[in-house]
Amino acid sequence: MTASNETLLTGITNHDPRAIGRAISIVENNGEGAADILASLDQERINSVVVTGITGPPGAGKSTLTSGLITILRKTGKRVGIIAVDPSSPISGGAILGDRIRMMDHALDPDVVVRSMATRGRLGGLCASAGATVRIMAAAGCEVILIETVGVGQSEMDIVQLADITVMVLAPGFGDDIQAMKAGLLEVADFLVVNKSDQPGASGLLMDMEQIFAAKEEESGVARVLETVASENKGLVELLQSMDTFSDYLTATGQKEQRRNRALNAETLDWIIEMLRSRFLDAMNESSSQKDPRIRAKEFISKTLQINQ
Amino acid sequence: MSKDKKFSDWQKNELAASLKRFPERKEEFSLHGGVEIPRLALPETIDDNYRDRLGFPGQYPYTRGVQPTMYRGRFWTMRQYAGFSSAAESNKRYRYLLDQGTTGLSVAFDLPTQIGYDSDDSMSLGEVGKVGVAIDTLADMEMLFKDIPLDKISTSMTINSPAIVLLAMYVVVAEKQGVTADKLRGTIQNDVLKEYVARGTYIFPPRPSLGLITDIFQWCFANMPLFNTISISGYHIREAGSTAAQEVAFTLANGITYVQTALDAGLELDHFAKRLAFFFNASSNLLEEVAKFRAARRLWARLMKNRFQARKPASMMMRFHTQTAGSSLAAQQIDNNIVRVTIQALAAVFGGTQSLHTNSRDEALSLPTEDSVRTALRTQQIIAHESGVADTVDPFAGSYYIEQLTDSIELAAEDLISKIEQKGGVVSCIEDGFIQRQIEQAAYDYQKEIEAGQRVIVGVNKFQIKEEDKPELLRMNPAVESAQIAALQKVRYERNDDEAQARLATLKVAAESGSNLMEPIIAAVRAYVSLGEICTVLRKIFGEYRD
Amino acid sequence: MTKEQTPFRVLIAKPGLDGHDRGAKFIARALRDQGFEVIYTGIRRTAAEIAATAIQEDVDVVGLSSLSGAHLRLFPEVVRELAARGGSDIPVLGGGVIPDEDITTLLEKGLSGIFTSGTPADAIISSFKKASQHHRNHDSLK
Repeated sequence: MTASNETLLTGITNHDPRAIGRAISIVENNGEGAADILASLDQERINSVVVTGITGPPGAGKSTLTSGLITILRKTGKRVGIIAVDPSSPISGGAILGDRIRMMDHALDPDVVVRSMATRGRLGGLCASAGATVRIMAAAGCEVILIETVGVGQSEMDIVQLADITVMVLAPGFGDDIQAMKAGLLEVADFLVVNKSDQPGASGLLMDMEQIFAAKEEESGVARVLETVASENKGLVELLQSMDTFSDYLTATGQKEQRRNRALNAETLDWIIEMLRSRFLDAMNESSSQKDPRIRAKEFISKTLQINQ
Repeated sequence: MSKDKKFSDWQKNELAASLKRFPERKEEFSLHGGVEIPRLALPETIDDNYRDRLGFPGQYPYTRGVQPTMYRGRFWTMRQYAGFSSAAESNKRYRYLLDQGTTGLSVAFDLPTQIGYDSDDSMSLGEVGKVGVAIDTLADMEMLFKDIPLDKISTSMTINSPAIVLLAMYVVVAEKQGVTADKLRGTIQNDVLKEYVARGTYIFPPRPSLGLITDIFQWCFANMPLFNTISISGYHIREAGSTAAQEVAFTLANGITYVQTALDAGLELDHFAKRLAFFFNASSNLLEEVAKFRAARRLWARLMKNRFQARKPASMMMRFHTQTAGSSLAAQQIDNNIVRVTIQALAAVFGGTQSLHTNSRDEALSLPTEDSVRTALRTQQIIAHESGVADTVDPFAGSYYIEQLTDSIELAAEDLISKIEQKGGVVSCIEDGFIQRQIEQAAYDYQKEIEAGQRVIVGVNKFQIKEEDKPELLRMNPAVESAQIAALQKVRYERNDDEAQARLATLKVAAESGSNLMEPIIAAVRAYVSLGEICTVLRKIFGEYRD
Repeated sequence: MTKEQTPFRVLIAKPGLDGHDRGAKFIARALRDQGFEVIYTGIRRTAAEIAATAIQEDVDVVGLSSLSGAHLRLFPEVVRELAARGGSDIPVLGGGVIPDEDITTLLEKGLSGIFTSGTPADAIISSFKKASQHHRNHDSLK
């Protein structure tokens, strides 16, 4: 371990924002020392942290909700980590990380650790980088970590795999989006929040969702469909309470451990791909007469890794 | 054409009444050589199509203007927006302008005032007195209008989120002069919806802000009938980069929202609708802008008549102020800006504006110098007195292109308005960012065209020169901030603080109960409670908006 | 990923109270289109909030925009706040309605570059690239 990495680790334990931010960059970029940093983090803290994924279509009020949850968590004295994920442009590779805007009210609170993260369009790689960020934030004393993602797509499914609890945020007037989600995310979400519940159409949406979530509710005994008006901080305390109860339920039934194993597998797979990527990219630069991609892949694997499939 | 019944009706009714009230500027309008200039040029035959789409000026749907004789009766009001560092400085300038024959003032406030912060608030750092005058308490407002008889002038105030507080101060200053509120004339911008999408000086979330606007409507209807209670502004939407059709659509959609809010609060449409004013941008594409103004006027008239069932003509007439496009001014070869402003001002006049502010050539660099402001005013005067465009009503009417463009802008705006309504209305569209994204995309596309050289901006991306001489710029006195803070602290020290606190407590109760806040705020400002103190109370109850 | 250049991270911020964010948003998008990861703070931020965010997000450069004439007070304040939080190595660029004589003052007070309304987008982007690269090369923590 290099001297500067040790400084970073001390910084992380001491809640130094500069060290936390830099450590996240290093692991996100898989830079020099990433392995050392990750290996030296306090595993106990990582085990005890509660990771919540918050997702939903743009405009449903996720960021406002997240910001409201931060305020309440801070009142209970909890140190909070937030990972705000936005998509990277597939063309330029750049990204606008705009969720930060609604987190700015907490900018001067040293106990709110925010990291904006771009998906960087990598193959599932979000699990590895967001997972590593979760670990660093947990090691830096965050007791609750919220991961916010936009819209519907691969990055949401990644976050679901990573999170202990998944919250889906909807609002009245998103009919088409909801139809599209029924098959996918709604099935995996633990909580469904109907935000802007003071607006027309909310009661219909609520009824629809309660039907879908009835079975889950019965199984855990925790209300899974909740109403909020995030812009007025309505319903947020209740949401947090339900999440707490549900978290206890997950732990008691051994489901938390199962979910953690699922996350570990997802992260591990990401790291495998990440570590092999550059080697295979190099391999692909070599000429090959093979035009069939599947056979070509086999060739590269046996050549690069010296294994036969 | 005199055979047309509707035309002769118009002559007998609207025109005759108008001529009686406002005689034309001259007995006779003619070209050099004596050829008479017609008041109103008309097509050979006046068919239903003409009457439905254009009509006669001063008549529904007001495509050709809101008055029968337009500028032959009276020129538009040349209203130059101005505000300086301190109330005392601004007062000096206003009195000078009044000595020169101005009858209308237009007050620019600094950003802390516009966002409800006192000058000594940490948020105000560096901004005090920068883009306008700093007003903290009634004492500043008394200084601002010292020796200016408020019953003799009309005052326009560019203030939105805390409009109710500044209006209350204005009423109390007048009262101290012995002028009752029913004598006061002017306009308060009071258009908070566009702040969320374009201008950024919001304080509270949209819904409580609409409540404050309704309080103003109600109070003014009962006490201040001559005052325009809102100026629904497309100007800033356009400045933020929207297209012309978006400017019309978003402005009128906001207008609809205000009308609906007032109706929901129990106000009578034909009572308040005549006190709604509009404010648009004049950009450099002359023909598009002329069409835009005509389209906006027609669309509003139709909305008011068909959708809201307005009965009085005054409720359907869109009266508007125009300002030339600040964002079109270049920092390079700044004299070119005079030409840009001229074209833009012409568009506003061809479009039938009721009042006009022309920007100064140096505004891309700093606040304008006195010389530049004079040239900007002279531009309007040259258009009015020398160009001849004010001698006949709506001179572009009947141009195939202008009429086609008027129709297409109206249609595009109408489409966009229905889209907003399908998505739950303006407030929902602000909350989910729909309107902001539309504007942002339009702005981005436009700028990309400039960067790529597809759109030429003279002196900026083509015909550049190396400029050696830098123009003389207006510099603000850096001592303004500390002087303003000292003055505020002195007021706080000298006032009866028990009374001030009591007024704030009463205000808090009123705000929590949801009753009209105008009277409690008047009582508070009278006790020298500061703008920031009032807004702090309201922030706690209403919450704060963040984009 | 180790062999590829990872995207530069920049913070685009609007200190002070002015709400005119057309320029800031354009630059944010233009930088995105050039492969930057851009964190945007929104309007009306204090210097302290901007500096704290820059540190937390571990950015390579901070870009400021102000059009109200408050730049002489606000821009150096951000530089000072950054330094106070151990981020004096993070370069700060500024843009807005800024007269020539103020540019010299701002550069003296620690700004790394100033743009005015006449600066072409290409020049602004290349300044961001240069400043980001310089920051990566001379990073005290690396």
